[in-house]
Amino acid sequence: MVTAQSPVVSMRSIVKSFLDVTANKHIDFMLYPGEICALLGENGAGKTTLMNILFGYYACDGGEIFIKGEKVLPSAPKDAIARGIGMIQQHFALVPSQSVLENIIIGTGKGIFLDLKAAREKVLNLQERFGLHLDPEAKVWTLSVGEAQKVEILKALFKDVDILIMDEPTAVLAPSETMELFKTLKMLVQEGRSVVFISHKLNEVMAVSDRVVVLRNGRVVAEKKTAETHTRELANLMVGRDILERIEKKRIQPGRVVLEVRNLNALNDKGLAALSHIALSVRQHEILGLAGISGNGQRELVEVLFGMRKALEGEVRVLGAPLKMGHPESAIRLGMGRIPEDRMGTGLMMDLTVEENLILENHGSPEFSRWGLLKAGKIRRFSEDLIRAYAVKTAGGDALTKSLSGGNLQKVMAARELAGRPLAVVASQPTRGLDVGAMEYIHQRLLEERERGAAVLLLSEDLDEIFALSDRIAVMYEGRLMGESLAGEASREQIGLWMTGVTT
Amino acid sequence: MIRFRLAKRAPLPGWARILIPVAAVVVTLILSAIPILVAGGHLLESYYALFFGALGTRFNLLETLIKMSPLLLTGLAVAFAFRAKFWNIGAEGQLMAGALMATTLGLSLKGVPPFLVLPMIMVSGFLAGGLWAAIPALLKTKLKVDDVVSTLLLNYVMIHIMGALLFGPLQQPGSSWPRSSEIIEAAKYPILAPRSRFHLGVLIAVAAVFVIWFINKKTVFGYQAKAVGVNVRVAHFGGINTTSVILWTALISGGLAGLAGVGELCALQYRLIMDISPGYGYSGIVIAMLGNLHPVGVLFSSLFFSVIIVGAQTMSRMTGVPSYIAEVIQGMALMVMLVFLLFTEYKLKVVRKS
Amino acid sequence: MSPMLEAAFIAGLLGAMMRMATPIIFATLGEIISERAGVLNLGIEGIMLMGAMTGFLVTLLSGSLWIGVLAAALVGMALALLMAFLSVYLGLSQHVSGLGITLFSTGLAMFVYRLQVGSPTVPPTVEPFKQITIPVLSSLPVIGPGLFRQYALTYVAWLLVPVISILLYKTRIGLKIRTVGESPVVADTVGVNVNLTRTLCLVAGGALMGVGGSFLTLAHQNMFLMDVIGGRGWVAIAMVIFGNWDPLKGTLGALIFGFLDGLQLRLQGLGFKIPFHIFLMIPYLLTIVALIGVSRKATVPAGLLKPYRREEKTG
Repeated sequence: MVTAQSPVVSMRSIVKSFLDVTANKHIDFMLYPGEICALLGENGAGKTTLMNILFGYYACDGGEIFIKGEKVLPSAPKDAIARGIGMIQQHFALVPSQSVLENIIIGTGKGIFLDLKAAREKVLNLQERFGLHLDPEAKVWTLSVGEAQKVEILKALFKDVDILIMDEPTAVLAPSETMELFKTLKMLVQEGRSVVFISHKLNEVMAVSDRVVVLRNGRVVAEKKTAETHTRELANLMVGRDILERIEKKRIQPGRVVLEVRNLNALNDKGLAALSHIALSVRQHEILGLAGISGNGQRELVEVLFGMRKALEGEVRVLGAPLKMGHPESAIRLGMGRIPEDRMGTGLMMDLTVEENLILENHGSPEFSRWGLLKAGKIRRFSEDLIRAYAVKTAGGDALTKSLSGGNLQKVMAARELAGRPLAVVASQPTRGLDVGAMEYIHQRLLEERERGAAVLLLSEDLDEIFALSDRIAVMYEGRLMGESLAGEASREQIGLWMTGVTT
Repeated sequence: MIRFRLAKRAPLPGWARILIPVAAVVVTLILSAIPILVAGGHLLESYYALFFGALGTRFNLLETLIKMSPLLLTGLAVAFAFRAKFWNIGAEGQLMAGALMATTLGLSLKGVPPFLVLPMIMVSGFLAGGLWAAIPALLKTKLKVDDVVSTLLLNYVMIHIMGALLFGPLQQPGSSWPRSSEIIEAAKYPILAPRSRFHLGVLIAVAAVFVIWFINKKTVFGYQAKAVGVNVRVAHFGGINTTSVILWTALISGGLAGLAGVGELCALQYRLIMDISPGYGYSGIVIAMLGNLHPVGVLFSSLFFSVIIVGAQTMSRMTGVPSYIAEVIQGMALMVMLVFLLFTEYKLKVVRKS
Repeated sequence: MSPMLEAAFIAGLLGAMMRMATPIIFATLGEIISERAGVLNLGIEGIMLMGAMTGFLVTLLSGSLWIGVLAAALVGMALALLMAFLSVYLGLSQHVSGLGITLFSTGLAMFVYRLQVGSPTVPPTVEPFKQITIPVLSSLPVIGPGLFRQYALTYVAWLLVPVISILLYKTRIGLKIRTVGESPVVADTVGVNVNLTRTLCLVAGGALMGVGGSFLTLAHQNMFLMDVIGGRGWVAIAMVIFGNWDPLKGTLGALIFGFLDGLQLRLQGLGFKIPFHIFLMIPYLLTIVALIGVSRKATVPAGLLKPYRREEKTG
């Protein structure tokens, strides 16, 4: 029996380890009916792991779980769903090529045949009740991120879920969409449901939650009623120290223009316009921060700059020399250091050694090869020097790259791209998914590059990062540059407005 | 209820990586007992016949090495291609292309100085196989056609090209069988050991091991091929011309298979027949996997396979176990090796369920 | 005189088309089910061969054709189960697992056949299926005698096409299968057992592949030869791509292949000067050409070739 005072979910002393990392160390977590409970912590604190255990996606190594008073051991999402728990992951669990309706009804219903008519009725009903309006027949890949999230919520409601877990739901939303989401969540809990809101964004936690549980390094460090705390306190609890990263940005006079983009138009993979008349320039000793929510053309812009995508028209120049579109080696030869966002996807080859990754871009140069043969000795010395210079923690140049931890992977990437003292550095979401230590490291390196005289173009969704590092700030929205201003003069409101397409 | 899950394990030390294929071979031999017993053979008698038939006498040993030659070349061909993730299932067809080229030249180079004939044939055979592999490579890089399917289908196209030629212009005059005339003397591989069929091709195949090892380890191209095989997107990002790498990989891979065809023709058969390859191209796949795609590994696994194949003939004569057991053992070896390779990266974990 | 010959020629051609296409239809449908669930089954050629051999041997020993077909289906299921173990549960490379199954099955088929039958000078034969004429429909001009005087298994293949289409698109199981093939993560999150679904699809596919193989030794011909499958398994793989993973379109591809196969035989009979082997080549060449046309826009099931392991998600 669940009364108003007793928890609807109770997790006691949960322990979970992966390979050599213990993500959850004896965590106790309660969830009460009718509340929005925020699970707060940095990246890697163990929040997602804990909820994945509750949802049955992972099996815990120790501890007990009680759902609605019953002791259970969810070993598959099916068990959790059967008990009324739904989870909306950070990366949506939707099938892009299928329709909204198909995505909602997968795994539900009885009988052999799909009863699309009844399902559609129920979905339209739910849409009315909770204000989540969508076309059930639309294919999911055509939806915006905010709309896709609504599909996820409808999926959960369709299954009569009364405990909803949302993992970093606002990471990909515009400010207005975030407000809509909060409204929806408040409607849900009014009827007695519970919501777990996983986040590392303090402002949002303060805005929407009733209670906050703070995790740090796999342990619970605090549990407070939201009304009885404030951001500064939560920040301290999250990091264990004052969160404010001390970024020392020297005042330097920018030099000549190094990186120039003129009238860039490009299509995305689906053949739709992704970039329209993009024009920007970055000078020596300068960081231009390009803010914007992902999905607004950043990926395509980065791909063009990296030489991985041809543009319809326009040009990119480094110190006046044109970039040969669609040819990554041209970007390399022009002196561009490129830091891609998904470091394991486009940046490093995990099954090769550290040394093999370090020489990826210059293995063919006269310095490291002759007549088609590799100069093994020179390469060995080169990689040893870099490992030392960048303090990469590894068994050696022969170690497999996949054996390195996240922060060290970032160092290898930085070493490869920056060791050649590039003229321009293009960094795309360089700190996404990193813990605070790795984030500070990257910020440090970018500032060092700026000091050295490189022109740095930084694309990021993290406004704190943009404001901390940039000399000038511009915003991308739907493939266009919305506006540009000096960092000192820009206000967060202005930038926020530009990010949602509002021009002043 | 107890359930098993696979979980990643820490990388194994170097010596374990060599032990794994050896263990796979031992396990395969043990599992081979099953078909032997089913066929009604005596275990000890059969195993003895197998090893004696392959290694027991000078003649047998030389025959084993002779059998190893085409297997080694196709194994190298497949391993070289797979390393760059070019799924070359077409070694069989590429081998035939090489044999076809060797036949054509072997019949028509009568006026050419004898010392030039063999080199010309070997180079042309290599190129023929290489080009036959380059076609699917082009289809893959430019038109995104799946290489598994295209290399496979081309095998059948090549079989029929051979058929058309052997029933046509290449057919031995006066014969009603699909076979060519015998090639000229200058086109035949020299025999290196008296009273045997041990020929130059065996040494060429072994030399190829070192050539391929050298390419893989010491050259810019070898590094690029490895990168393309591990992550083609990152390789492209890093400035590697991935199309060119795949094309050259196909050329070399097909060329090695073509050389195997030249060998079969110029050293053993001396004329082209439909059965010029009893599946060497497909065996090459198993051999390459068993050798973990490493040239020296391929050397040892091709030796293992030739022992099995040659030994199975003797075993069949002495114990009545059908010689097809060789193919059965090949298939088992592949699966055992795959399972062992898996456990170098993962381990079993027990998970409790409510 | 001439129009009658023409009609007879076309009827004969249509009949041959259906006959030649039948094993490929079975194999293609079986492979579509597997690939829609996310598993590429390259064991198809070997499974068909084992189906052909087993069907033949069991019929030889039992005297019953349908028991032979049943045995072929069971053998196909067993081999597909082995494929599932390697590629789904152990997560080994689907390419290599499948090829291993083909190599193993090929060796096994020849081994068992030789063991049972030995090497007689005249290979054993069975009394094959007889063609069944469907009343009324077979009296239709031209297409009547062509399409409606076929073996029972061919009619079964026809029926399977709409059945499997409906299964995939209109049933709950079908949606589960498609979701597993497009995004196993999503399927897992809603409680679908990904590995079980993939295994069952492989097994169902294996049954169809085995039956397709047995058609070649129990209906089309009446004996077993080592090269009886002749690459039809690989053609089915290509037909799956050609048909964009849709049962109806894949069957269309199989029919085209059957048509070309039948045409090639007939044109030879009419004394065309082109060498026999060039004709044999044409279906394979055209399959490659078809693939070229289709590969750019192929909507591959997004989860194809990737084994699904839950704990791999980074904590």
